[in-house]
Amino acid sequence: MSNLPLLSICIWLPIVGGLWVLFAGARAPALAVKKESLIISAATLLFSIPLYTGFDLSTAEMQFVERLPWIPVFDMTYHLGIDGIALPLILLTTFTTVLVVLAGWEVVQDRAYQYFAAFLILEGLMLGVFAALDAILFYVFWEAMLIPMFIIIGVWGGKRRVYAALKFFLYTFLGSVFMLVGLLYLYFKGGSFEILDMHRLPLALDAQKWLFVAFFLAFAVKVPMWPVHTWLPDAHVEAPTGGSVILAAIMLKVGGYGFLRFSLPILPDGSYYFEGVMVALSLIAIVYISFVALVQRDMKRLIAYSSISHMGFVTLGLFMVFRIMQHSGSAEGAIMGMTGGMVQMISHGFISGALFLCVGVLYDRMHSREIADYGGVVNTMPKFASLMMLFVMANCGLPATSGFVGEFLVILASAKAGFWIAFLAATILVLGAAYTLWLYKRVIFGPVANDAVAALRDIGRREQVILIALAVAVLLFGVWPAPLIDVMRTSIENLVLNVVTSKLP
Amino acid sequence: MQTAILVIVLAPLLGAIVAGLFGRQVGRAGAHWITILGVGASFVLSAWMFYGVALKGVEPFEWSLYRWATVGTLDLEVGFLIDKLTVTMMAVVTFVSLMVHIYTIGYMQDDPGYQRFFAYIALFTFSMLMLVMSNNFMQLYFGWEAVGLVSYLLIGFWYTRPTAIYANLKAFLVNRVGDFGFLLGIAVLLMYAGSLNYQDVFADAQELAGQRIGIIAGQEWMLPTVICLLLFVGAMGKSAQMPLHVWLPDSMEGPTPISALIHAATMVTAGIFMVARMSPLFEHSDTALNVVLVVGALTAFLMGLVGLVQNDIKRVVAYSTLSQLGYMTVALGASAYSVAIFHLMTHAFFKALLFLGAGSVIIALHHEQDIRRMGGLRRYMPITWITSLVGSLALIGFPGMSGFYSKDAIIEAVHNSTLPAAHWAYLAVLSGVFVTALYSFRMFFLVFHGKSRLESHVTHDHQARGAGHAGGALGHGESHAGHEHGHAGPPRESPAVVTVPLILLAIPSILAGAIAARAILKDGFFGGSIIVHADHGAARVLAEEFHDWQAAVIHGLTATPTLLAAAGLATAWVLYLLWPSVPAVLARVFAWPRLVLERKYGFDELNEFLFGGGARGTGDLLSRVGDAVVIDGVGVNGTARLVGWISGKLRWLQSGYLYHYAFAMIIGVLVLLGYFVHGVGR
Repeated sequence: MSNLPLLSICIWLPIVGGLWVLFAGARAPALAVKKESLIISAATLLFSIPLYTGFDLSTAEMQFVERLPWIPVFDMTYHLGIDGIALPLILLTTFTTVLVVLAGWEVVQDRAYQYFAAFLILEGLMLGVFAALDAILFYVFWEAMLIPMFIIIGVWGGKRRVYAALKFFLYTFLGSVFMLVGLLYLYFKGGSFEILDMHRLPLALDAQKWLFVAFFLAFAVKVPMWPVHTWLPDAHVEAPTGGSVILAAIMLKVGGYGFLRFSLPILPDGSYYFEGVMVALSLIAIVYISFVALVQRDMKRLIAYSSISHMGFVTLGLFMVFRIMQHSGSAEGAIMGMTGGMVQMISHGFISGALFLCVGVLYDRMHSREIADYGGVVNTMPKFASLMMLFVMANCGLPATSGFVGEFLVILASAKAGFWIAFLAATILVLGAAYTLWLYKRVIFGPVANDAVAALRDIGRREQVILIALAVAVLLFGVWPAPLIDVMRTSIENLVLNVVTSKLP
Repeated sequence: MQTAILVIVLAPLLGAIVAGLFGRQVGRAGAHWITILGVGASFVLSAWMFYGVALKGVEPFEWSLYRWATVGTLDLEVGFLIDKLTVTMMAVVTFVSLMVHIYTIGYMQDDPGYQRFFAYIALFTFSMLMLVMSNNFMQLYFGWEAVGLVSYLLIGFWYTRPTAIYANLKAFLVNRVGDFGFLLGIAVLLMYAGSLNYQDVFADAQELAGQRIGIIAGQEWMLPTVICLLLFVGAMGKSAQMPLHVWLPDSMEGPTPISALIHAATMVTAGIFMVARMSPLFEHSDTALNVVLVVGALTAFLMGLVGLVQNDIKRVVAYSTLSQLGYMTVALGASAYSVAIFHLMTHAFFKALLFLGAGSVIIALHHEQDIRRMGGLRRYMPITWITSLVGSLALIGFPGMSGFYSKDAIIEAVHNSTLPAAHWAYLAVLSGVFVTALYSFRMFFLVFHGKSRLESHVTHDHQARGAGHAGGALGHGESHAGHEHGHAGPPRESPAVVTVPLILLAIPSILAGAIAARAILKDGFFGGSIIVHADHGAARVLAEEFHDWQAAVIHGLTATPTLLAAAGLATAWVLYLLWPSVPAVLARVFAWPRLVLERKYGFDELNEFLFGGGARGTGDLLSRVGDAVVIDGVGVNGTARLVGWISGKLRWLQSGYLYHYAFAMIIGVLVLLGYFVHGVGR
């Protein structure tokens, strides 16, 4: 097994498989297409498991490295490899994609083969983003990723899908172009497209500042950070359920991953220069967006805003590092904050994915996302209500769910960065519970609101399998996060050391 | 020992999982058997451990179950600390829980959510045990939140009633305000102590005491004060101290067994337990102790007053609980932690008894809860009557009853305390004794004595209910459809599954005080679990004054608190049995004070306006103005329009916004690229 190019298999199996589905699917019966897609995504998941079992926890070096010449004229190589930061995200991607394929099983009728092909290709591209060690290879995957998502929203989306798809595309594309400029600058400066070489490249403070801004535009839009977040609610509202799940569970994470892989290690001094702004923006996201979430009338919009607010914990955890080092003089708190941010990314993948699936379950039946159209769903869908209660509580950061781990670590660490930072971060305890439980109260609890609710049927076996799989993940990593944290531990410790070491020439 | 710990914790959890996930398969009897066996096993082993640790002198010990995570060099673990404080709480929790489990068979017999209910209360027992048995702050926080979750689920148990689902949301959010402080306290503590393990933190307490922390620019606070106040905010939420008390009266929307178990005997005392557990920290901050005293005294007195004007039988007991929690908090503030735990224990017995007694009345009267429509029930329900009398006497501190020892000790402790706030607190808790006796026996007389006002109830019941709980009656009526027939007959005593727990709770309500008084008050029962600073001598003076329980009773017969209680009881007798027309006159004369009390000092209105309305208003403003107008309107679409305008002017393409933007970008990239290739590359 160890001789196989596992990363390449994980990337290209779904891409090639997706293309095959796309070209052969038009003539094939719908069921065959679905089965093929499921087999391809399940196989990808299987191939990603040895990445975990064979992973060496003791080193921060890249593992499962593959290196082939690609475009030698421009020093571009096909260079893949993962460390403890990329691995959890890769597993999250392969796990979620299987669920998304299942989620689209009966729901998507219109051009189903194209739908499944888009998700498979998207999966491969996202895996490429997490595994690429060559900057241009990374950029190619990064930009290519936009296309299937753009199509998913634009074709299978809601009424205003064209507007939402365009907004999504332009927002994220605008950001990435600046990143490309930054990467080219780094190439001309250091003579290499290797990301790891860039990590070692000394850079003057001014250059770091400009590069930080360029990278910021790319990554902050993806996270999304306040104030470049307004594309997300629109995209989510219009996207089909599967699109929302991938968007929330994985695509937002490439932003956080970008900060971890590029901004922080390549530009430690630039990051340090802007850390105040980053912490402030993160806190604004947590508090401001929570209030905005509170007044939403559309379930998907509410969860989209909740996502932004929770992603604030990711960026807060990553960029508190400098402040904590200054205040406490030890890397202990910095490691805790960064670990918290990383865990929050993974956990948010499960929870937001699950919540969007829950909304999807309701939307499939009622064709409405308006909270006001619901009420008393528990009376007709008790199984669904129980599972959603778990995800809702996880979204509130209840201990023993994965939602707790990241928030807990980030809040604990933030006290070391300053009392008021911890104070503002901890408001999520109240605000997060307020918007999430109020949503649950209005939709699920209460007497049956109308005939449509009275006619609802509870979730079937397929929906149960999907939600229970996520429920198990949410509970497992809440009760026992050690396996997850151990994987990223060495890499994070190494990263913190790099980040706090100046790279000024 | 370790196996026993695992069984104690996991047996109720297993019961909860089976009853909750496989409720349909195991059936109603299966659900109550599995949970009762689980909690029963837990109780037996807890009693055995109590015997070993508390009486046989087995050394306290710590046991780590598993490594939750390692972050940097910090190990976060799930583990247990078994000492005298822990085993006392374990015994109380599992005993009351077992009684409530048995009682529930009778109380919930017609409810369609029978299995779900058993799953919840077994899950609660698990969570509460995790809370009290923890050896570290993280697990404490887990238990803390988990009991909050179960409380939320149970208050909203009848989820079709709008009042219930309002009350449970309110309870969760108010508790979250407390948790907010609690978690910040833990964060600040970790920052300075570098560990979340109790023993490590307490070992560092002396060192922490000298440090200062800057909160507001230019001002430095004592570190223990900041930590303790933050932790106490958590206790205020969970133990319903003012102003975070507002959720507890509303929590009465839940079924009565959980009012007894969660909202009287165990969960709400978690805050008291937590502060007692943290005594090594609180002892280093007189400021924090003063705050604790003031908050407790205010709650004890003011909430007792509200109890005087309540007419819902459960709400009277709920306000009584608030007031008694205030007493416990006062004891904490006076550094008499052991006394607070003593009252926690006796209160758990007699308050659970009172609630279950109230529940027995409620089912006998087919879910009538208004004490104005009761009366004369002692003839029909002798066991409920006698046991409620026991509970009421214990509550008012009648000499010899369990509540007498613990409440007297609290009052004496406050009297002996040298903190500045102690004088006021002493007055508050002393006058509180009169109030307690008055509201307790007002209710007792109105329910069990005097003329029966039941006739009117039987005929008007349904119209009144239909009007009062428009949506609520739906779920409620449904779940108790079995009661509808045979409505006209006289009330009957409840079945044995209800009365046996009443009797079993009445026994410790009488005896627990006399048995435990000497050990706790004089012999330093809790030993090293509770640490008191030499300057805080309230409990020490108490120990010197105390001889044995007989002497305490004889002394108590003529002591001020007893006289006040007697006066309260007599007042209740005069007002509600001798001259029943007087209260109405008094209500007219004291219209304003009565209005203030009936409005519960306006906390609900203020919260709804300030926090409910404020949060929604802020959200609206940020959503409509911030996101829609400023960011999207000016920022995004403005940029888009600008780009569109420029490209429109340049007429590079005729149509399609996408091309405009994309071309503008690509041209930009090309320009920048050219710059780099020429400028940097060469």
